[in-house]
Amino acid sequence: MMWNFPLSNVKQFYPFKPYHDDIMSSDLSDLLNELKIKSPDELFADIPDAIRTKTLGLPKGMDEDEIRRVASAYAGMNKTVNQEHSFLGFGLYNHFVPAAVSNVINRNEFLTAYTPYQAEISQGIMQALFEYQSLAAELFQMDAVNSSMYDVSTSLGEAARMAKIITGKNEFIVPKYLSKNKRAVLDNYARGAEIKVKEIDFDEKGMIDLERLKEALNENTSGVYVEYPNMFGIIDTNVPRVKEIIGEERIFVAGVNPISLGVLAPPGKFGADIAIGDGQVLGLGLNFGGPVVGIFATKEQYIRKMPGKIMGITKDHNGKVAFSMILQTREQHIRRERAVTNMTSNQALMAVASAVYLSLMGDSGLKKIGEINMGRTKELMDIVKEFSVTMPYDGSPVFNEFLIRLKESKTFVCRIAKKYNLVPGYALGKNYGYNDRNQTNIVVNVTERNTNDDFNAYKEFLREVA
Amino acid sequence: MYHQAVFDEPIILDLKGRRTIKIPLENQKFRVDIPEMMKRGSAGIGDREEFSVIRHYVKLSEMNFGTDSGFYPLGSCTMKYNPKINDEIAVLEGFRMIHPLQDSNDVQGALKLLYELAESLKIITGMDEMTLQPLAGAGGEFAGLSIVRAYFECTKQLDTRREVVVPDSAHGSNPASSHMAGFDVVQIPSAPDGTVDIEKFKEAVTEKTAAFMITNPNTLGIFEDKILEMANYAHSKGALLYYDGANLNGIMTKTTPAKMGFDIVHLNLHKTFSTPHGGGGPGAGPVGVVEKLKDFLPYPMITFDGDRYHDDYVPPKTIGKVASFFGNFGVLVRAWTYIKMMGEEGLRDACETAVLNSNYMRKKVQEFMSVPGKTLKKHEFVASSVGASMPKAGDIAKHLIDNGVHAPTIYFPLIVPEALMVEPTESATKAEMDLFIETVRQTLKLPHETFEKEPVNLKVTRIDDVDASKNPRPTLRMLRKEHKEPLQQVI
Repeated sequence: MMWNFPLSNVKQFYPFKPYHDDIMSSDLSDLLNELKIKSPDELFADIPDAIRTKTLGLPKGMDEDEIRRVASAYAGMNKTVNQEHSFLGFGLYNHFVPAAVSNVINRNEFLTAYTPYQAEISQGIMQALFEYQSLAAELFQMDAVNSSMYDVSTSLGEAARMAKIITGKNEFIVPKYLSKNKRAVLDNYARGAEIKVKEIDFDEKGMIDLERLKEALNENTSGVYVEYPNMFGIIDTNVPRVKEIIGEERIFVAGVNPISLGVLAPPGKFGADIAIGDGQVLGLGLNFGGPVVGIFATKEQYIRKMPGKIMGITKDHNGKVAFSMILQTREQHIRRERAVTNMTSNQALMAVASAVYLSLMGDSGLKKIGEINMGRTKELMDIVKEFSVTMPYDGSPVFNEFLIRLKESKTFVCRIAKKYNLVPGYALGKNYGYNDRNQTNIVVNVTERNTNDDFNAYKEFLREVA
Repeated sequence: MYHQAVFDEPIILDLKGRRTIKIPLENQKFRVDIPEMMKRGSAGIGDREEFSVIRHYVKLSEMNFGTDSGFYPLGSCTMKYNPKINDEIAVLEGFRMIHPLQDSNDVQGALKLLYELAESLKIITGMDEMTLQPLAGAGGEFAGLSIVRAYFECTKQLDTRREVVVPDSAHGSNPASSHMAGFDVVQIPSAPDGTVDIEKFKEAVTEKTAAFMITNPNTLGIFEDKILEMANYAHSKGALLYYDGANLNGIMTKTTPAKMGFDIVHLNLHKTFSTPHGGGGPGAGPVGVVEKLKDFLPYPMITFDGDRYHDDYVPPKTIGKVASFFGNFGVLVRAWTYIKMMGEEGLRDACETAVLNSNYMRKKVQEFMSVPGKTLKKHEFVASSVGASMPKAGDIAKHLIDNGVHAPTIYFPLIVPEALMVEPTESATKAEMDLFIETVRQTLKLPHETFEKEPVNLKVTRIDDVDASKNPRPTLRMLRKEHKEPLQQVI
């Protein structure tokens, strides 16, 4: 494509535009002549003068060399997780991203394609998405997976809607301790669908309280959401009993951390009707929180109520294996206001990225990474114990996050952490019901990327705050 | 002559080998204690080499078609060229390796970028405030309509204002989003010239209307020139005006949604602002609002105090959140790059060129096919392949893809029979547009039996979509529930 050089004085070039006044002008004049106009501006004569804009006041454009310089300066103002000792997770995790993942999703044919509305010329992405669905289905041990949701929070919102669509009931139960990011999105979906969201508390082990769950159930209950690991990182051992308690007629929505499923039992084993998780952990990196991908799985009997686009395997008219976008009559472009969701664009490329990640890791890699995460987390917990720091749910099994309680104010804790170039985790504030004046509750995350240097920094920090 | 690569690639799960990728701390031994009932044996997806994975996906990518493969005039999707510099900027380590829950002092560069992008989009739309959080266009619609809902709840009118009015030419996501936000949908017919029927509009918009939702230019590519009259009327009934920004490329810099009287706008950055669509997403759907709706925007809003950027402002009547974090940041960085590079002159040029191309193609296509509605189009037009000897829109589409030209959007909008919705964008040469026109013209001369066999130059020919949906097999797992044999024998 055509670009100008940093110091050239010719009229600005843009990466999209093939004809300018000073180049290929014959094409431009052909087009203008064909339409019998002198300037493209005449094609806007149907916009009434009263609403025309002369200038907007946006700055002049930059060339490629300038934008590189400016963007690098902005990027340089950020402190990356590689420049500090970071134990920050809480819904977005600093895992190792193989170079092969980025390489595949930068293939131009995938990157610059639209949704595969013309299936025959788009078999590549359709197979890749079918593979994503198949890989995720094995990982979750669920029958069907859609080809992606926006993120786990909107997946939860859609799951609550789907539970209502299936059961016709309008009360959805969630744990009291649920990340506000998820809860605030869920509430938005619930309001529109007139779903009442009810909370149930944890028991003393930081797990869903099964007695309270029983009490909370009534004839209006559509479904229940329980996650493992949960907001405190705890592997909730009450999960296996949830489906039996709520019964066949209600929808059990299980929330999982997909990267834990190399070592933890899959939601399919516990009878989940819907299972969701954020695929960010599967090779997508941090990217300041997006793009990530919501993984959404369900049982065979509920496929037709599932939101999102779904790739299916079938054959072409010659009997050759082919992929097709199936069950489109659920969708907005056909069913309009009666569609199961309004979703059009999803996070397809990120789904492909997760598929690449899962293929690279395989069974042995997923098991290994699960063990490393759990093992390293245990090591840090042992260090924390040496300093006699309170761990409110000590004794409950965790995956790669755990809760600690420091008897100092958040301000003090942050000051000490800064001194050691440490981000000790995510501090739960007032919006989680914690008073941060006398104590600081921190959700600490450890991944395979945390080094011994990071651990040493944590020790130094604990020496001053514990 | 066009030929797509053809490989019979197995499903990746059936590609078994040894894992070659090494994980950090791979060689350390860890003892893990997992309660018995929570343990798992194996993930059941097999192992394979990195090079096998790469070879597999490279082959799959060669059986795909993007804007970098060729002309892609998919109507209403604005498949313009995606500048490569966008992708380079988005993966700078300072953007890629930061966490949204970091102290705002440590991510000033990212916040500055987001703040600037929101400011630019405010200028382009004329809106007073803008959130970048929605993760796609439809996500933006849902956020916008949730704001409509919250506004009427706050002004104690929600009990009586239950309706969203949309034209029958609207994108399907408009009625779907309205329904999700809890509204009833009232659809109004278009007039013969393709614009909204004003009389029907006035009958439909009443004291029961919460919002009137429309895209302008509309899906026929026609500018709704009575938009101010409609806006004034809707406002006089107390309703809000919602702008679906899918077609912004057709008017960008020439007018603004604010000038047209809109109260809420969503944009599709993967359309107008050149971010790649990734075979389905990620997109980004920022939402802009006028002053009186500012307090309802999702939290957190990014603010600037003249010295530092902050990421903790919660608007007093916020609808809550529509995404986990700040939105699809990687997409937002690309859109920021594009706007910075284009500047106002570039954006105007993009719009003018897109509209010039669209009208050129419309004029040529009109020589052999009807193009309903007013003659003057904006960024796209809809041709209708009706007439005794005319091929079906679907057949034309297959003939086009068989010749290496992406098909237009077909059978949409629903109000046009045998619709072909063509949007060349500004990224097309005259030669590419002429090839499209001549390829379509050719189909008129071909015997209809020819189409049954097309496409022949692609990985597969026409697909049995009926079987695919009647017997849904969305995963290998479901396929193998019934059949144990290798794939080729099953299907």
